[in-house]
Amino acid sequence: MPERRIRVLIAKPGMDGHDRGAKIVARALRDAGMEVVYTGLRQTAEMIVNAAVQEDVDAIGVSVLSGAHMGYFRDIMTLLRERDAQDILVFGGGIIPDQDLPVLAELGVGQVFTPGASTEDAAEYLRREVAARWAQQ
Amino acid sequence: MNKNEWMHSVYAPAARTFPERKYNFSTLSNQTPDPLYTADDLHDWDPQRDLGHPGEFPYTRGVQPSMYRGRLWTMRMFAGFGSAEQTNERFHALLRAGQTGLSTAFDLPTLMGYDADHPFSRGEVGKCGVAVSSLADMERLFQGIDPTRVTTSMTINSPANAIWAMYIANAQKQGHDLAQLGGTLQNDILKEFIAQKEFIYPPAPSVRLVIDTFEWGPRHVPKWNFISVSGYHIREAGATAVQELAFTLADGFHYVEKALERGLDIDEFAPRISFFWDVHNDFFEEIAKFRAARRIWARQMRDRYGAKNPRSLMLRTHAQTAGVSLPAQQPLNNIARVAIQALAAVLGGTQSLHTDAYDEALALPTEEAATIALRTQQIIAYETGVAGIVDPLAGSYYVESLTNDIEAAALGYIEQIRAMGGVEAGIDSGFFQAEMAEAAFRYQREVERRERIVVGVNDYVQDAVQVPIQLIDPAVEVQQAERLAQVRRERDPQRHAQALAALHDAAVQGRNTMPAFLECAHAYATLGEQMDVLRKVFGEYVETAVM
Repeated sequence: MPERRIRVLIAKPGMDGHDRGAKIVARALRDAGMEVVYTGLRQTAEMIVNAAVQEDVDAIGVSVLSGAHMGYFRDIMTLLRERDAQDILVFGGGIIPDQDLPVLAELGVGQVFTPGASTEDAAEYLRREVAARWAQQ
Repeated sequence: MNKNEWMHSVYAPAARTFPERKYNFSTLSNQTPDPLYTADDLHDWDPQRDLGHPGEFPYTRGVQPSMYRGRLWTMRMFAGFGSAEQTNERFHALLRAGQTGLSTAFDLPTLMGYDADHPFSRGEVGKCGVAVSSLADMERLFQGIDPTRVTTSMTINSPANAIWAMYIANAQKQGHDLAQLGGTLQNDILKEFIAQKEFIYPPAPSVRLVIDTFEWGPRHVPKWNFISVSGYHIREAGATAVQELAFTLADGFHYVEKALERGLDIDEFAPRISFFWDVHNDFFEEIAKFRAARRIWARQMRDRYGAKNPRSLMLRTHAQTAGVSLPAQQPLNNIARVAIQALAAVLGGTQSLHTDAYDEALALPTEEAATIALRTQQIIAYETGVAGIVDPLAGSYYVESLTNDIEAAALGYIEQIRAMGGVEAGIDSGFFQAEMAEAAFRYQREVERRERIVVGVNDYVQDAVQVPIQLIDPAVEVQQAERLAQVRRERDPQRHAQALAALHDAAVQGRNTMPAFLECAHAYATLGEQMDVLRKVFGEYVETAVM
């Protein structure tokens, strides 16, 4: 029985073209042994959720630096529920102020990694959280 | 004793007794400096040839003879958020605080050529800049500001022609002489494909729109810098200092070649080409980058492209401290980082400077954070004495040696780009993306392995402190939609339809689009309407992601 590998979708919703962090995280998670799909730029919430379901991922990392993160996270969480895919872990990255974190947590969004965060922490977080979800399946 | 002998007979034994610190001494461009620089490092360096004097070829020492002794650099803080009125208030506050030029940040819908009420704009209106969808917004944005007394920089690229036309139309409506307007348009589409990703059309028609401004600008708005060839975004997206320098100069040369292909006179357009550098933490490397940039540009413009007007050879530049170097952890430390970076820009001889606010990684700056950033420039200008001496680091063994090394490394890249068929070929092949992703990843790895210490991030860590941040009112989006509806209701429908038709025809027939853009502005055509006309003609660009 080969070890099950974590599958992650790294997503850039909306107009924001700041992709440095998203690409670094994608590459770091791949180096950490995960299977990573990067959506590229200018994705709608629908495109992101469709890709996540099609690719059968365990987690979606959503990177936004433009300040419009709230709407995208809300839409993605809603669509995941509609698609009965709320077992997919959603985590975040970018320029996201602390005061938005409780609201995001309430929506069901996991950890948010802001500038200065470590990719190793992100990998460790995913291993822990995804393992917990697998255990419940 | 020459340097090699000294390194061998004195330094090496000393370093065995007292070992060097375990520290990564390499620069951010991965150049590994020696512990010491002497005259031996400059044996093929000729100060007559490689430095000259300030204000003369090859401009290594600066573009003016008196530099800051004559006039300080322009303190130009980048500002824009929410509605045109809110940004207009911030503009007036910055001018009251002693700022000497304006710099406009637009929101993402504006940067991408969408009206504020377009579905794709939802949630983005006014978030990371000001929303400008028509001349009506431009009129509100510059209310009470005389465009002949204050120079304005506008960070706009894909829709640059349309936004510039709105600025010009506003000045015309106020009765100003266009020859008296001063300012800068960023208008550098190539770096969008390479780094910032705010493209609309494919590279070739996008570059054509840029060259329209090269042709039209000097003849109608002669004091305006119609392009600011930008390294900033390339650096922020992960490039090293050397890559930033090389890719940006390559972009500049590409525009020059395209303008020459159109039959324009290099000495008519080149004096109005300006540049924009990032200033990161690596103090001497940044200073050397500025000096090398001027030398490469001057030599290539004269020797390769045949420019004769001295003003065509001068690389004039704006600079901004490195947003990417300012972490969210212990944000007040960023005040120190920005001060050091700003000092490097000044010692590098910049013409204008934006200093980032300490809350860069958290949100748009609060007024207090923006004021501290401006005060940082004023402290450098008035309290340190560095602005009294032109190019004070010239002749430093290390700085001159580093300037030479960076110049050589950048020229190597420029030749490589030319060999692959030029910048557009490099965009198509993903060359720039791959180079920068690699550099960004390497830097991140160094930080995570603690091979590079970032204070407060991977060492000297403490619990988070909360600082107040600037929040954007979502009501802006609703208000903008109402305003757009009003603009569409009140404009002259016939003039509007004719203006858009003329823009379509100019685009299809290959004529200069600027006159049609100017008429569209006066006819209150919205930004989205104008960009849609060209979307139909040119098509839209979709990039292939390179990790």
